[in-house]
Amino acid sequence: MNYVLDFSVVFEKMPDLLMAALATIGLALAGMSLALVIGVIGVAARTSNVRPLRAAVIAFVEVVRNTPFLVQIFFIFFALPMMGIRLNPTATAIVALAINGGAYAIEIIRGGVDSIHKGQVEAGLALGLHKAQVFRLIVLKPALRAIYPSLTSQFIMLTLTTSVCTSIAAYELTSVAQIIESDTFRSFEVYFTITLMYLGISWMMMGLFALISRHFFSYPVR
Amino acid sequence: MGVFGQNEMLFLLQGLKWTLLLSAIGFIGGGIFGLVIALARTSGRSALRKTAAGYISVFQGTPLLMQLFVVYYGIALLGVSIEAWMAVAIAFTLHASAFLGEIWRGGIQAIPRGQTEAANALGLHYISRMKDVVLPQALKVSLPATVGFLVQLIKGTSLAAIVGFIELARAGQIVSNQTYRPLLIFGIVGAIYFIICWPLSLYGARLENRMAKAAR
Repeated sequence: MNYVLDFSVVFEKMPDLLMAALATIGLALAGMSLALVIGVIGVAARTSNVRPLRAAVIAFVEVVRNTPFLVQIFFIFFALPMMGIRLNPTATAIVALAINGGAYAIEIIRGGVDSIHKGQVEAGLALGLHKAQVFRLIVLKPALRAIYPSLTSQFIMLTLTTSVCTSIAAYELTSVAQIIESDTFRSFEVYFTITLMYLGISWMMMGLFALISRHFFSYPVR
Repeated sequence: MGVFGQNEMLFLLQGLKWTLLLSAIGFIGGGIFGLVIALARTSGRSALRKTAAGYISVFQGTPLLMQLFVVYYGIALLGVSIEAWMAVAIAFTLHASAFLGEIWRGGIQAIPRGQTEAANALGLHYISRMKDVVLPQALKVSLPATVGFLVQLIKGTSLAAIVGFIELARAGQIVSNQTYRPLLIFGIVGAIYFIICWPLSLYGARLENRMAKAAR
């Protein structure tokens, strides 16, 4: 009994797969952007004077980072309707990705803020820089530069994680592949092809992130 | 609504057994192959280095779920009939070996060159140089990241659920479908993962802090 590989069905469905790959990129970008927002707000809350707020952020980060994304997305999928929020699976997936990515973003951004010494801010003010200038030049840019590598590799991870959103039937590459698979029974061919597509997506993103880094962060520090 | 009783809890714990087993197999198997990858990645031969680098970048650039699918259906194509848990365990082993290989490569390269040169000057050959001089230090440096990856791996075993393998997450799905209490069930399942992963995360963070202080 010899199995003959047949990729023709996969090529026939290529337009569907390419559309789904775009949806995956969109899902990842939406998740990333919201994760950044959650990250910044979370760090502000984490460093606030209100103690319960600080504790809540810490608990949020620890719970999200120590439970699987699959369990999180199921929980959110069932929890949102009970809170009276009705979203389609794809929107639910974005919420889950944002929450998951947000928890990691809080940890990473906090590390960046901590890396700026207070003395530098004071030095900037003493040099007569405006408060906004101090924030932009002395706090924001060096902090961004410090966290850029870990933040971008976290984003790549989040992009790969979007494949798990197939479990709630969100519209993305893996779920479309699963539909094609159940129609054609060409499991290996379908999954092998989209694995290469994911590889292409993550390499493209890595290249883009490296380009951005070279453009914005290539100045001497010492 | 169905009831969540002793039987349901027992079913979840059965799933937990597989989660722990898959994590252990993946970590041990991945550790053994990961060491080979790390050594190849830092070897003097450029063909070995490039092969290892390619292996790592493919596994780090594709979703774990796809790795599971491709290995699962790929093995079936080879005509070998093995049980589902073995196919899944092989996939986790390959996945873990790439990540651990990359972590330990970093550890090996963090050891100052002088150490290797001194070992050479003492007449140690490659095996003894690695086993007695470089690796003990490299693994110590990489311990926090290794613990961090173990947490990732334990959480990652939940994806075996999508292939249909009954571990903790899949057990949770089944019980949730039976009892119609998704929030309760997934809350419990999440709590079980948390109880396993959190102490490991804390341990990893403590190791890291201790090393950061020692380095200062």
